[in-house]
Amino acid sequence: MARTLPPLLFLVSLALVTSLEPWFQSWQGNRAQSADLLAVLLGDARRAFANHFFIKADAYFHSGYYPSIFDNRTAFQTPHMAADADAKEDKNSGDEDDFLGPPRDWIDAFGRRFKPATHTHLDAGGAHTHAHGDGRPHTHGPAPKEIELGGSADVREILPWLRASAALDPQKVETYTTTAYWLRQRMGKVAEAEAFLRDGLRANPDSHEILFELGRIADEHRKDPARARNLWELALAKWQKFELPKTEPDTFSLLQIASHLALLAERESRWDECLHYLGLWKAASPKPAEIEKRITEVHAKRAAASQVKPQTPNPKP
Amino acid sequence: MTAALAIAQLVLLELLRRKDVYVLFFLTGLITLVAGAANIFEDARVVRYVKEICLTLIWISGFVLAVTTAARQLPAERESRTLFTLLAKPVSRWQFLAGKFLGCWLACGVALLFFYAFFGFVAASRERDVDLAGWFQAASLQWFMLAVPIALALAGSLVWAAASSNATLTLVGCFGIWLLGRHLHKVALGLPEPAGTLLTLLYFALPHLELFDVRDLIVHRWPPVPWLVWLGALLYAAAYTGLILNLAWLLFRRRALN
Repeated sequence: MARTLPPLLFLVSLALVTSLEPWFQSWQGNRAQSADLLAVLLGDARRAFANHFFIKADAYFHSGYYPSIFDNRTAFQTPHMAADADAKEDKNSGDEDDFLGPPRDWIDAFGRRFKPATHTHLDAGGAHTHAHGDGRPHTHGPAPKEIELGGSADVREILPWLRASAALDPQKVETYTTTAYWLRQRMGKVAEAEAFLRDGLRANPDSHEILFELGRIADEHRKDPARARNLWELALAKWQKFELPKTEPDTFSLLQIASHLALLAERESRWDECLHYLGLWKAASPKPAEIEKRITEVHAKRAAASQVKPQTPNPKP
Repeated sequence: MTAALAIAQLVLLELLRRKDVYVLFFLTGLITLVAGAANIFEDARVVRYVKEICLTLIWISGFVLAVTTAARQLPAERESRTLFTLLAKPVSRWQFLAGKFLGCWLACGVALLFFYAFFGFVAASRERDVDLAGWFQAASLQWFMLAVPIALALAGSLVWAAASSNATLTLVGCFGIWLLGRHLHKVALGLPEPAGTLLTLLYFALPHLELFDVRDLIVHRWPPVPWLVWLGALLYAAAYTGLILNLAWLLFRRRALN
């Protein structure tokens, strides 16, 4: 019996493998199907890690002065680095300078001496420019001129966490748009920003946010308005296709796309197009009266242009 | 005092012979260097994430080294029966305990010296200015903080027979305080009675190891802590260590050796 059992068990295992292996290969929960090592190792947990790293980047943006999950986070609902980059709508309220409140006890008061205790942003010099008890910002370390020149470049320190966040969750669109903004706007790395956005677009081909950001690069850095217009029009089409049917569409993105298209059309004196996009801008704007004023101005410009137009083709005396 | 110093010297030599510290140092170095080699958008001046990873590994290594070294002292002496020989000679139990503590603490200090030298090398290779005062404060605060887990592990080895269970429980406790200690009072305020009061009592009774963690100040280049505050923190650690060692001595004094 003892001698026959191992071969018997081996045969049973072999038989089970032949039936289980095809089932496992076709099973949707099979991580081995993914070519991504992180997806295999972490599964869906990588999204939680990606979000953690995105928040970590914002904590770096504040040089470590950041609320924990136990603190009042009303002033940090939207990461400031994303809000400053216009990658997300700013939904923050409350006091961002004093989310800790008054010390609860002597240990709390004592412990605050060992942690960053002032609200600063890296693009404004970070820990070099902060206030103590008197509330007046002052500097430590390098000379003020050095800070002025290099302070905003310190914003590069948020990039590793953003890159890690994108690697863990390629579907998190705001990671690409936020990173691209800081790369191109504060560090002058336009090519890197564009390449990163292209990576994002490959992972999210229907993202109107990434197309919009690519349009900004084309317009502001490449000085190619035709390409920018094409990208923004595609972004608008994607927005209308995917956001419009939603019960709560992303009006912040519509506002951005429509406003940039309207301003570009105004710059190129395409008045009818401009008025069309101003109408969309007005619909998405929290201040429609201001856009209405702009519409009136564009109407006036169009009227003036149509009066001037017949004189231009015949400049000869 | 001479007897305590002799015992401390033996502990220090034992740590140098063991491989724990070398393995921890190698792992810290390897992970830090691999992280530092990452290409972050072709920018070689990005340094803060490397500093944070390195300092976090130093903190974890510090805890592991301190607790595992301290937790095995008494069980090892008891198993090899050298405890009886030592205490039979004119070495009091207090001297024995003080010697063991001093040895573990000095061993941690020596290890931290190498760890922080490596950290300084990594940071200085990418940063323009060197924050020597900040690094000194970080290393000294961590060294004094480690005195508390060492004392806890020594006391624990009088309560739990096995070194492994003592080390595990002490490490869990230390990591818990390090990560959550500062938030206990906030959580307690939102809890119903009597849980709120109990958690508040726990908050005030625990040694707050997280106070000594100045990683954020170092990583983000904040100015050093005022020196009087730094001194206060060292005294806080010394007071807790003295208290725990006294409790350990009381336990040890009444404990039958066999």
